[in-house]
Amino acid sequence: MADARLAASRPLSPHLQVFRFILTMAMSIVHRMTGGFLYVGTVFVAIWLIAAASGPEWFARVDGVYQSWIGRLILLGLVWSLIHHAIGGVRHFIWDLGYGFDKKTADRMALFNLVAGVLLTGVVAIAAFVFA
Amino acid sequence: MSKSFRFQTSLKHTRGFGSGKSGTGHFWQQRVTGAAALLLSLVYVVLLIKLQGDDYGAVIATLGNPFVAVLMLAFLGVSIWHMKIGMQVIIEDYVNQPLLRVLALMANSFFSALVGIASAVALIKITFGA
Repeated sequence: MADARLAASRPLSPHLQVFRFILTMAMSIVHRMTGGFLYVGTVFVAIWLIAAASGPEWFARVDGVYQSWIGRLILLGLVWSLIHHAIGGVRHFIWDLGYGFDKKTADRMALFNLVAGVLLTGVVAIAAFVFA
Repeated sequence: MSKSFRFQTSLKHTRGFGSGKSGTGHFWQQRVTGAAALLLSLVYVVLLIKLQGDDYGAVIATLGNPFVAVLMLAFLGVSIWHMKIGMQVIIEDYVNQPLLRVLALMANSFFSALVGIASAVALIKITFGA
């Protein structure tokens, strides 16, 4: 088929394994991964809301699971994912506007994303602890 | 890829999941929902911090506040749309087997719709005080 020949001769985009590992590409992968975590994380939000809507017993049950150490660890991971992904989104907006494409700036933004993500997660964790 | 499982006819050149269809529209939707989610997630994080340690009555009172409920619904709506089209791109990038790809895209739509509807029903029920 003409279709098949066309597909075979089409140039292939080089993929992950052919590139040297650099910060910006790692951050690209982490951006997708955190997006994936948040995708799954919406289940926890939905369950929490359904439990709250279903009455005190259900809420207490779900709350108990979420307050366990594994629950807290998952929630902390999701908070980090949200913050990291949000800052990564801002990075994308900066690129969309046509800025920050040179290597030095791109690297600096990536590093900022990484550090600010962890720091802000710490701030949220401390704030949650203080208000609890 | 084999042609053993094809939903698409030659119309795929103008319709379907081909890159010529709605590439920029999809891109733009990702930006708009991303911008909305960015602003609304600030509200969401502050809300979650505020709810820390609150008992059931206090949580229901806060979520039942129409102002909070509207922002929460908006946050969940744009976030779930954002994640649905984001996951669609990931599936289109990595799932090449045609049948598997269609099934994955369907599962993505079902999952997103279900999570969205569940959250919305819960929030609306709480707001209307049922």
